[in-house]
Amino acid sequence: MFLSKRARQFYCRARFLFLSCGALLAGIVDTGCARREPPANVTIINGAEPESLDPAIVTGQPELRIVIGMFEGLIRLDPRTARPVPGLAERWEISPDGLIYTFHLRTNLVWSTGEAITADDVVYSWIRALDPATASDYAGQLFYLKNAEDFNAGKIKDPSLVGVRALDPFTIRAELNHPTAFFLDLCAFPTLYVVPRQTIEKYGDRWLMARPLPSSGPFELAAWRLNDKVRLKKNPRYWDAANTQSEIIDLLPIASPTTSLNLYQSGRADVVWDKTLVPVELLDVLLQRPDFHTFDMLGTYFIRLNVTHKPFDDPRVRRALALAVDKDRIVKKLLKAGEKTASHLVPDGVPDYVAPAGLGFDPEQAKKLLAEAGYPGGKGFPRFDYVFDSAAGGAAAIHENIGVELQQMWHDTLGIDMQLRQMEWKVYLSAQNRLDYDLSRSSWIGDYNDPQTFLGMFTSDDGNNRTGWKNKSYDALIQAAGREPDRQKRAHYFQQAETLLVRDEVPIIPLYFYVGVNFFDPKRIEGIDQNILDNHPLNCIKKVQPPK
Amino acid sequence: MYFLKRLLFAVPLLVVISALAFALVHLAPGGPFDRERTPASPEIERNLKAKYHLDEPVWKQYFRYLGDLAHGDFGVSLKYRNHSVNDIIAQGLPVSMLLGGLAFCLATAIGLPAGFITAARRGRWEDYAGSLLALLAVCVPSFVIAPVLILIFAIKSNLLPVALWGSPWHMILPPVALGLYFAGKISRILREGMLQAAQSEFVTAARAKGLGENALLLRHAFRIALLPVVSYSGPMLADLLTGSFIVENIFQIPGIGVFLVNSVTNRDYTMLLGLSLLYAVLLIGLNLLVDLAYTWLDPRVKYE
Amino acid sequence: MSEPAPSHLSPNQRAWRRFKQNRPAVGSAWFLILLLLAISAWPVALHLSGPAFARDHNPDQLSDAQFVPPGAQHWLGTDVHGRDLFSRILFGAQISLLVGVVGTVVSLVIGVLWGAVAGYVGGRTDSFLMRIVDVLYSLPSIIFVIVLLTTLGDLLKQLPLVQNSPGLAGSLRVMLLFVGLGAISWLTMARIVRGQVLSLRTRSFVEASRTLGAGAPRILFRHIIPNIFGIVITYLALTMPAIILYESFLSYLGLGVQPPMASWGTLMAEGVSEINPIRIYWWLILFPGAVLVMTLLALNFLGDGLRDAWDIKN
Repeated sequence: MFLSKRARQFYCRARFLFLSCGALLAGIVDTGCARREPPANVTIINGAEPESLDPAIVTGQPELRIVIGMFEGLIRLDPRTARPVPGLAERWEISPDGLIYTFHLRTNLVWSTGEAITADDVVYSWIRALDPATASDYAGQLFYLKNAEDFNAGKIKDPSLVGVRALDPFTIRAELNHPTAFFLDLCAFPTLYVVPRQTIEKYGDRWLMARPLPSSGPFELAAWRLNDKVRLKKNPRYWDAANTQSEIIDLLPIASPTTSLNLYQSGRADVVWDKTLVPVELLDVLLQRPDFHTFDMLGTYFIRLNVTHKPFDDPRVRRALALAVDKDRIVKKLLKAGEKTASHLVPDGVPDYVAPAGLGFDPEQAKKLLAEAGYPGGKGFPRFDYVFDSAAGGAAAIHENIGVELQQMWHDTLGIDMQLRQMEWKVYLSAQNRLDYDLSRSSWIGDYNDPQTFLGMFTSDDGNNRTGWKNKSYDALIQAAGREPDRQKRAHYFQQAETLLVRDEVPIIPLYFYVGVNFFDPKRIEGIDQNILDNHPLNCIKKVQPPK
Repeated sequence: MYFLKRLLFAVPLLVVISALAFALVHLAPGGPFDRERTPASPEIERNLKAKYHLDEPVWKQYFRYLGDLAHGDFGVSLKYRNHSVNDIIAQGLPVSMLLGGLAFCLATAIGLPAGFITAARRGRWEDYAGSLLALLAVCVPSFVIAPVLILIFAIKSNLLPVALWGSPWHMILPPVALGLYFAGKISRILREGMLQAAQSEFVTAARAKGLGENALLLRHAFRIALLPVVSYSGPMLADLLTGSFIVENIFQIPGIGVFLVNSVTNRDYTMLLGLSLLYAVLLIGLNLLVDLAYTWLDPRVKYE
Repeated sequence: MSEPAPSHLSPNQRAWRRFKQNRPAVGSAWFLILLLLAISAWPVALHLSGPAFARDHNPDQLSDAQFVPPGAQHWLGTDVHGRDLFSRILFGAQISLLVGVVGTVVSLVIGVLWGAVAGYVGGRTDSFLMRIVDVLYSLPSIIFVIVLLTTLGDLLKQLPLVQNSPGLAGSLRVMLLFVGLGAISWLTMARIVRGQVLSLRTRSFVEASRTLGAGAPRILFRHIIPNIFGIVITYLALTMPAIILYESFLSYLGLGVQPPMASWGTLMAEGVSEINPIRIYWWLILFPGAVLVMTLLALNFLGDGLRDAWDIKN
């Protein structure tokens, strides 16, 4: 016909190729057009992709920062002081013995979809967090309530036996096992946030995919695309909506410090906040910039020693190791964000508590102790390992760097040989849990503003101990502090416990206190206050035009 | 007939692959719910495991998984507990396919002409330059190319976006970073194939018939040389389509490539299995297509 | 083009001649020889030199001279811990090349044996063996490697042998890398070898050997394997760069060699993490990258040259 046979053959065979090219073009156009959503008021780089946005099961900081925008509990934390202030509850009473808390809910509360929020919702949320079927990691936050732990363990099946009840549609009564000084702080913790019963009962585990998603907090979830963004838009039905400063906030899940910096510099992101997102090597330049902010944080970086492995069962050896670490050098050479060296575990800044001083840097004393323990000059000291998790794909290699420095310090001062063992994350956790290590890098961020969150870890039975250290006096002190209503006496118990921990027995060697960092231009972004919990309520943040 | 047999054979193959992958992930130490913070009581951990049936013996878990699979349900991701694996794949696969498709187009658009020219001009400066560039593309790792490209085009000159995905401007650098390696590979394979074809009896006979040198190369050697390129394209497309981890990581592209590697690190069993099966299905399907293309390109090839 | 091959030379000698005429290949061979010499000579040089020089250039020695650009004292600059980059590159070369060679040998041994057996025995055995290759081919290799490294590493650590000798534990990780990388690269080799063996099996000299009463192993080792020698060698030279690249990818993921040991992969990963809009320590990425790329180029040219030389198409 009019096309030669060969040409026809070619077009026949090539039609597959043309089809796929067409599909590709369609894909490009579609992606380009579909993303024509309105730009956000504020774009924040939040760290890792959130594993979940269900307040009852989230545990990590990136998740918590988003969830505080979507839901709320009885109590909020003041953005400047991080102290408890009224949230969904407008006032409360505490019984004289400290065991009964009565919360009075605001009467005008509604979900973003219009239904009323009542005391039953609050009770439902707390019971749900304790329900074994929800499998919440942080159910332990509620164990201070009567019968809560047994309900979670399945020993009690009837939820009405748990120490929280709705007395009327606006009153909640919580009954504790013993007086807990930080219970109000706990009520501000996301595990105790109020979640929409109507949606959860309808959709089960995938309730977060429902749209519109009812929200009890200042923002609603507009979009959640994995590894892309979480978009929050203002909830006009929030009781404090008048004070929500932005209409749309985008939170981007980016884990690489370099990419975050690139996006920030090119203007695609307004805020970068997560302590893992700091390019450490650039800190000396960054610290000079007015848009780079550092603040003290409630977190400590420390070394765990496995006291079940010889020779670390001898406290003199452990003290020697602690005394031989030049923490100033590590902080100045490797960290540079103004971190403070730590000789004790509980960071400074916790109210009503002054931590006791731990061991400092004293190489002579260290050598003496090591000799006393039977290893003069390091002779005969077995080779041991230092376990840490690997950094991958652009994350900062801080653990490796610290390990390398420690290796040299201990070699030069004490003459002992340490081997570095980098492990994949899960293998590292597994090794720690099985006590299959000699020394391990560790860190802990406090959940709430009280020494309990740090010191409670090292009691004999706590799952977070992971050093094999069991000490009855320590356990007794922590328990006594837990039951003591008077804050001064309580602080005294904690001080004694911490002295035991960081001066005498030394199953851990604190290295430094975390410094939180964030990037934002204070002339253009308002509403981010620095506090030690790194807690930044999203409703306060707004973008302003810089003054001309 | 042959292809029908191949398709039928694919099903038991997939079952074997799923069993193998299942066994592999469960062998690795550590579980999906190991965290830095141990829960406050061992009961909490037990509840968590029970919810996702991780307390059952491995073979039982496997059969449960197969049963769900028969309904097309890949299960809930153990790391992103509010998303099912189906959700995640549905969100991420189109993006990865777009990225991979663009990279493939780029690789063929650069690689085929480059291979052709270096073969046609063998021994001259075009050959040396082209071969060197092709080899460079193959030898420089993509996690070096990508940041360098970002540095030059996005940071220093502000021409293109630094990262993320969403507008046509975002779709320039990532496919380049991804596709350069394959462009180099294709160029080398085509050159190799054409040089071999130029010596084959088929082309000698055509030359004897008196056809000119250029026409010769174009029509005969090229078609023959396409065979190894096509056979390489099968696995190459499968790799490209399931997203490159490195490029998606550096450019923060919401595809599924990142999930593949992260699911191993997180011990997210369901995610890992789902993606492995996806990869296997794609590979098998593409290999089938490749063999089909063989019969089009070279009528001598017959399958029994 | 080349002159007609003199008939008095053996095939191997002819191939060697062809190889020598290929300039890029010969140049690459010289480059690799020089590299190997440098790698072996440098530790000796450090050992023999004065204490100050040795200390400065010790690849594991930390100093306060962080991020020093290339200069008189540190020829290629220093890294975050003040370690000399030139030294680290040469010591890292040991690991990278070792990983490449051993990984390649592992893939060679498994691949050739597998493919040769499958191709020669044929029938159901061939089907079975090749199906296994298909299955393994369809698994994303990254999963396999990560699981292999973590599981085997954990298992082997439990062995009393390893626990008693700490030096062994360190090298264990590197050895696992060899095995892991080799284990995922033998598949293509097996396929190619099987194809060649299949076609060789029907050739007359093999038939003749069989009628004379030679058993299968004898035929395999005396006739088949020498004839696939050429293609195997060329594939080897091409697999090695792939393995070295894969090792660098694993280092980027944090799964490569342990610190403070260096390999080119870890050096590149470190260097790449320093690329940012504010300040670039260019020497940390340029020098390891250049050395890696040149070595891989050399290996590729060498492989091409070998293939061109040993090509028995005519």
